[in-house]
Amino acid sequence: MEDINLYREELHPVPEKKLESLQVGDDSYDTILTEKYKKRKPYEPVNLKIVKAAIPGVMRKAYVAVGAKVKPGDKLVILEAMKMKNDILAVEGGIVEEICFKIGERVAKDEILVKIR
Amino acid sequence: MSLKTKTSDLKKRMQEAVQGGGSQAIEKQKAGGKLTARERILSLLDKESFHEYDLFVEHAGRDFEMDKKYLPGDGVITGTGTIQGHPVCIYAQDFTVAGGSLGYMHAKKIAKIMDHAMKLKVPIIGINDSGGARIQEGVNSLAGYGEIFFRNTQASGYIPQISVILGPCAGGAVYSPALTDFVFVVDKISKMFITGPEVIKTVIGEEISMEDLGGAKVHASITGNAHFYAESEQMCFEQIKELVSYIPWNNTKTADPYPPKNPRSRTYKINEIFPTNPKQPYDVRNIIMAICDDSKFFEVQERWAANIVIGFARMNGQTVGFVANQPLVLAGVLDVDSSDKAARFIRFCDAFNIPLVTLVDLPGYLPGIDQEHAGVIRHGAKVLYAYSEATVPKATVILRKAYGGGYIAMCSNHLRADFVFAWPTAEIAVMGPEGAANIIFRKEITTAENPEEMRKLKIKEYKDKFANPYVAAAYGYVDAVIEPADTRKFVLHALEISKNKDVKNPVKKHGIPPF
Repeated sequence: MEDINLYREELHPVPEKKLESLQVGDDSYDTILTEKYKKRKPYEPVNLKIVKAAIPGVMRKAYVAVGAKVKPGDKLVILEAMKMKNDILAVEGGIVEEICFKIGERVAKDEILVKIR
Repeated sequence: MSLKTKTSDLKKRMQEAVQGGGSQAIEKQKAGGKLTARERILSLLDKESFHEYDLFVEHAGRDFEMDKKYLPGDGVITGTGTIQGHPVCIYAQDFTVAGGSLGYMHAKKIAKIMDHAMKLKVPIIGINDSGGARIQEGVNSLAGYGEIFFRNTQASGYIPQISVILGPCAGGAVYSPALTDFVFVVDKISKMFITGPEVIKTVIGEEISMEDLGGAKVHASITGNAHFYAESEQMCFEQIKELVSYIPWNNTKTADPYPPKNPRSRTYKINEIFPTNPKQPYDVRNIIMAICDDSKFFEVQERWAANIVIGFARMNGQTVGFVANQPLVLAGVLDVDSSDKAARFIRFCDAFNIPLVTLVDLPGYLPGIDQEHAGVIRHGAKVLYAYSEATVPKATVILRKAYGGGYIAMCSNHLRADFVFAWPTAEIAVMGPEGAANIIFRKEITTAENPEEMRKLKIKEYKDKFANPYVAAAYGYVDAVIEPADTRKFVLHALEISKNKDVKNPVKKHGIPPF
């Protein structure tokens, strides 16, 4: 049977090369930044005129064409996801600037579907 | 029929049943680098201590020609035994029998051994290796899961519950481990997910391997679902045995005492293993090892949310739970994950009469939009809740910085630590010196002839006056300022003197922690 030691005999070293600076308040600290911390998404302010897929799925229909005038509550597209056909409505009104998918195309979460000007 | 014939008939039946899914299925199991369910139980329990029950249970499937099938033990082995003398109830799903799938009688066997564990007040260990619900048994297999989840919840905080993932554990099946206290995973063998790669591909169109979706490393380092990670099944069993040695049989007992041992002070020289400048890092585990018996620290969730360190050790032979900020990772801040990790551990220790020793060195909560939007308010609140609620002996040592909300959260006097010690290097303040000076002396700094010079002067002034343990000590929030070399002595005495601590929370049905 393999020899298994669950305990460390030596000191845990400080890996100097991995140290970076972390700002907390006005003070900064030398420390290791985790992968999760480094990969955190930068914040983007919400722009309701950029309509994104809230859930991954397949694009089934566009109710509107480029140049169409839409008002809040108008149907924009059908996104099929989890076996449901979802009508995606405009939250803000304006002129449709771009339809960013082809019918039948699969879209990922947060992919841009429609841009309104 | 003579007794001899009857006994030989029994032996024949037993021999048939213990074959599990037969030699071909066993070969396949072995080819995957896995032990069989029976081998697993025997490797984990003390020699000759395993006693099996319900070996002759047969499945209850009547549809889809299932009635013509014989499934030995219905794909799960259950029984009792001991681990280094500690009694345990145990079950192991047998993947060689119908893929370890969970049908009505399979679940009933598990539920029965769980009921035994509750009655006998001993830990329950579940070894999971199952393809999931037995589809042919329909709603009965769902009922089976439900019965197990209900028992997991009833047993929570009453007896220790250990889950070992040694194969697939998918769909609803994952919620039994999720409800238990400790989850063990093994590299390349454990797979846990709600929806597998195939469903994800058809529904979402995203491709991912089983290993990347829910392998051992993922759960040990990304999701935090697993508490212990091992390279092999054998190592995993050693970890389980070790854990069992640290915890009591149930919530009315304390963990077994072991012979006291001094720390290995030649390796762990407490005065030399940390820098006094609070902005410089060190590994706080070295401090734990400088304090605890034989410098043996059994870490829990080592790979996840490493900015806080949790785990078991002994002080004068008695189990204690250590919670320590880790300045080496993210400066030791509290954030969503580390709060979650600490809070659950604190509640385990409190439920099972394990005293808590908290080592404090943190600049506060992690700032950032992602943290705020991820709910650091409600997650961070879990730490406050868990410490305030805990009635076990609580000793806190403030090593260096303890700023703002972080100071309060880390088992401060205000959350009813029994004893708070501080090293002379401790800085207990509302925030870091630079931030504090910038706010308090804003006017002086901005109107000065040389603002930078003035800023430096004011930071120094603030540091001299407040970056120490004495202001908190003056209010009695720190019970004693101690030399680092005396830490073990003070903590040992604090735990010893707290042995008869008798504090009760107000009578209520249950609290409502922010989860």
